[in-house]
Amino acid sequence: MTQSVVVQVGQCGNQVGCRFWDLALREHCHVNKKGLYDEALGSFFRNVDSRKGDETACGVGGRIQNLKARAVLVDMEEGVVNELLHGPLHDIFDSTQLLTDVSGSGNNWAVGHMTYGSAYREQIVQKLRRAAEHCDCLQCFFLIHSMGGGTGSGLGTRVLSLLEEEFPEVCRIVTSIYPSVEDDVITSPYNSVLAMRELTEHADCVLPVENQSLVDIVTKIQHMSHGGKPGLMIKRDSSIISGQGVLVGAERPFDAMNNIVANLLLNITSSARFEGSLNMDLNEIPMNLVPFPRLHYLVPSLTPLYTLADVYIPTRRLNQMFSDAFSKDHQLIRADPKRSLYMACALMVRGNVQVSDLRRNIERLRPSLPFVSWNQEGWKTGLCSVSPVGHSHSLLALANNTCVKPTFMDLRERFNRLYRKKAHLHHYLHVEGMEQSCFSEAITSLSSLIEEYHHLDVNKGTLMHDTPRLSICR
Amino acid sequence: MSMVTLQLGQCGNQIGPDLFGILSSDALHGPRRSYGAASRERFFHSTAHGDLVARAVLIDMEPKVIKQSMAKAAASGTWRYGDASHFSQKQGSGNNWANGYCVHGPRHREVVEELVRREVERCDRLAGLMAMMSVAGGTGSGVGTYITQCLRDTYAKSFILNHLTWPYRTGEVIVQNYNSVLTLAHLYQLSDAILVHENDMVHKICSQLLNIKHISFSDVNRVIAHQMGSVLQPSLSADSHGDYSRNPLGELVSTLACHPEYKLLSVCTIPQMPSSSIAYSTFSWPGLLKHLRQMLISNSKMEEGIDWHVHPHVASERPRSLTGTSFNVSLANLLILRGKDVFSTETGGFEDPALYTSWLSSKEAFNTWKCPVPFNKYEKSATLVSNSQALLRPLDTMVGKAWNMFASRAYIHQYIKFGISEEDFLESFTSLEQVIASYTQLS
Repeated sequence: MTQSVVVQVGQCGNQVGCRFWDLALREHCHVNKKGLYDEALGSFFRNVDSRKGDETACGVGGRIQNLKARAVLVDMEEGVVNELLHGPLHDIFDSTQLLTDVSGSGNNWAVGHMTYGSAYREQIVQKLRRAAEHCDCLQCFFLIHSMGGGTGSGLGTRVLSLLEEEFPEVCRIVTSIYPSVEDDVITSPYNSVLAMRELTEHADCVLPVENQSLVDIVTKIQHMSHGGKPGLMIKRDSSIISGQGVLVGAERPFDAMNNIVANLLLNITSSARFEGSLNMDLNEIPMNLVPFPRLHYLVPSLTPLYTLADVYIPTRRLNQMFSDAFSKDHQLIRADPKRSLYMACALMVRGNVQVSDLRRNIERLRPSLPFVSWNQEGWKTGLCSVSPVGHSHSLLALANNTCVKPTFMDLRERFNRLYRKKAHLHHYLHVEGMEQSCFSEAITSLSSLIEEYHHLDVNKGTLMHDTPRLSICR
Repeated sequence: MSMVTLQLGQCGNQIGPDLFGILSSDALHGPRRSYGAASRERFFHSTAHGDLVARAVLIDMEPKVIKQSMAKAAASGTWRYGDASHFSQKQGSGNNWANGYCVHGPRHREVVEELVRREVERCDRLAGLMAMMSVAGGTGSGVGTYITQCLRDTYAKSFILNHLTWPYRTGEVIVQNYNSVLTLAHLYQLSDAILVHENDMVHKICSQLLNIKHISFSDVNRVIAHQMGSVLQPSLSADSHGDYSRNPLGELVSTLACHPEYKLLSVCTIPQMPSSSIAYSTFSWPGLLKHLRQMLISNSKMEEGIDWHVHPHVASERPRSLTGTSFNVSLANLLILRGKDVFSTETGGFEDPALYTSWLSSKEAFNTWKCPVPFNKYEKSATLVSNSQALLRPLDTMVGKAWNMFASRAYIHQYIKFGISEEDFLESFTSLEQVIASYTQLS
C-alpha cells in the first residue's frame, strides 16, 4: 500500500492537522481491534520501537509500538505547536518533524513566503525528505494551510513550490481555508490573492474551504442538537463536528469547525487507508477531475452532517445523503453547484453502500445537474467499505464546478479595494525579494482564472455542436 | 498445444482466476480422457507433485488484486498460479494510459519479458499468447498495450490474441474513452485478433438471464469467463480428424480474422441461466440454433428480447447507412457446439450467403467446431464468435465521446505530462475512424 505525508503550516494548518490526527487515531482504533500495525495504519503512521531509536521502524504485521504521524509541522510561532507537544497527541510527533520560530509572520504573506521561506528553505526540504524517506511508496502530500494570515499563506505556498521542486512526481493536494468577509486580519485579501497564484500554478488540486461555511454548518448542527424536536435527536458522537472519543478532551472554540475539515481529510484518504470494492487511488483524483491544468479547485461537500437517533427508512436516508451532497447548505464554500456548470464530479462513498446504489443515485440526480457538453458522464466513483465512526455510511463529493467563481471574484474585489489606495502596501514592499510586480502578477493570475471559469459558464447555455469527426476517404 | 495467458491490470487479474477455475473443473470432470488431457496441456502444466499450475503471468502495478487472485486459485484446491509468475508494484497507473504505456511499461519491460519467456519455455508446443485486460483504466490498457508490443517484437511469428473488457458507458473512470481509443488504435496494429466483452452487455445477461439482484463485478467476470472457456476449450474442426490438441488461437485467427482491417470479435453463448434452473430445462439443437442465429443477425447478446423482425436483405437492396439498418452483417462466424448429438446437428442456417459480405463466400466465412463433451454443466451449449458489425455502434459511440472531449482539449495535459502528444491522439483517432468506416462498409 502507498503512503502519504501531511504538511501542516501556520496556526490554522496545525490546528486542523491536529484534529485530523486525533480523529484518524479514533477511526483506526475503532477498526483495528487486534492492536497490530497493518497497512491501513501504515498509510499515515509509522510504527517505531522507541527502545531501538527512531530510525528502526517496525514492519507491517507486528504489534503497535509507538505510532508516529507521517507529518511535517511548520509554524513561525511557538504557541500552537507547543500546545500540541504538551497535549495528549505529543507522542505521535517528535522534534525532528517540527519547525518553529518565535516571531510570527505578522499577517504578512511576504514575510512568510520570502523571509522565512528563504531562511528555512534548507531545513524544510530536509524535513520533507526525511518524511519521504520513511515511506516505502510515497503517493501524495497533503498540505493544510489558511489563506488569510502570513505563515500559512506565505510560507505554506512556499512549501508547496518546494514540494514541486523536490518531488515532482508526487501528487500535491492542498486544503486551503479561505477567510470570512469580516476577517480580523485587514491584509487578508492581499495574502489570499498572493497565495492563490501559487496554488493555481503549483498544486495538483486544491480543496477550498470557507470559514463562513464552516460557521454556518456548526451553527446548524448546534441548533439541531439544542432546539431539536423530540424524535429528531442527533445520535451521540455522530455529527461531523463532534470530537467524542478522541484524545484531546476539552473543546476549544475552533475545534468544531476544524473537525469538519479534519473529516474532509479523513474521507478523502479513506480509500487509501482501507479496503473497498471500488478503490479510488489518490492520483486518480486529479487525473479524472482536472480537465484543464489551472482549473483544479474542487469544491468539497460532506454528508451526512450528523445521524439522527430516530430510525428512518434506510434507503430514503441513503438517497437523502446523495441529494444533500449537491445542496447549497452542505458545500464547504458558499456556492451553489447546481446553478453552475460541472466539469467533473467525484463521489467517494464510505460504509455499507453497493455499486447499484451509487448508479441509481447518479441516474436520479443527473437530470438536475448541468454538466459541460463534452463530459456529460463526468462521474468518478469510489467505494470504501469502512464507514466513519458513528455513521453507517457517508459521502464526500468533490465538484470541479464553476461555482467557485463568485468566491474568487469577491476576493478580487476586496483585494482591489485595498490595492487601489495602496493601503498597507509598504509593509510588503519592505520585505526583501518582494516587489510590486508580485501584486500585479498575482491579481492578473486570479483574473485570468476567473476568466477561464467565466468562459465555460457563458458557453454552457449555447447548444454546443459536436465538432465534426474525422472523415475517411473511401 | 499450449497457450500462455497474460493477466494485466485489475480487470485482467480478476477475470483470470474465474477463467482458469472453469477450465480446470471442466477438464477434471470431463468424461473423455483425450479432451481432458488436451485441455490440461493447453492451459496448465503439472509439477512433480501433480499440481495443476496455470500457464499464466500476472501483471499489475498494485499488489492487492494479484494477491487476491493467487489466494483464490490456491483455495480452489484443483489448480494454482506459479509461485514466481507474478509481478506487481506498489502504486497504480492512476487511470492514465500514458502513465502505463510510457512510464510503467518500459520501466518493467525486462522483468515481465523474463516471466513470459519462462512460461513460454515450459510449453512443448506453443500455440500463442493471450493478453487479458480492460481498456478503461491505466495499467491494463497502458501497460497492456506496451507489453503486447514487446510480445509482438519477441514472438514475431506467434499468434497473439487480446481479450478486452470494454467499460460501462457511464463508467467509473472519466477518461475511459481516451484510454480506450489509445488502446484499441495501438492494439489494432499489433494483435492478430481482438476479442471483446462489453460490460453493459454482460451486466444485462446477469440481470435478465441469471436473475442476479445486486450485480457485482465478480458476477460479470464469471459470465465472461464462462463464454471464453466455451471458446477456448478443445474441440474438433472439420479437418482435425478427431484430434483435440490443435492450435486454438491459430484456428480462431485463421477462421475469423482473414483481413487486417477487421479484427474485432464478439461472442455470444446460448443457453445461459441460473445454475439452479439447468436441471429442469431441456434444450433442442434446432431451437438453440434458431435463437442464436437471430441473436447474430439482430445483434443482441441474449436470447431474451430478440428482435424477430430483422431478416437478411437480398444483397442488392441493402441500405448503406449506419443508422438505417439493424441487420448485422458478418464477415466471418465461428460456431462452437458442445454437448450431446453435436455431430448430427444441422447448422445450415448460418451458411446463408445473405448473412455475409459479398466478397467472401459463405463456405469460407462460416466454420463450426464441435465437441461431444458437455461444457460447464450445460448438456448442450452453443457459442458464436463473430467478426461482424456487432461492435460497430459501441465503438462509434466511444470514439465520438472521446473526440468531443478532445475537441475541447480537456484532460490532454495529463497525457502530455507522460509523453503522449496531440499528434498521437490524432493518429489514434484516424486509425479508429478507418476501422469504423471499414465495418460500416460491410453492409
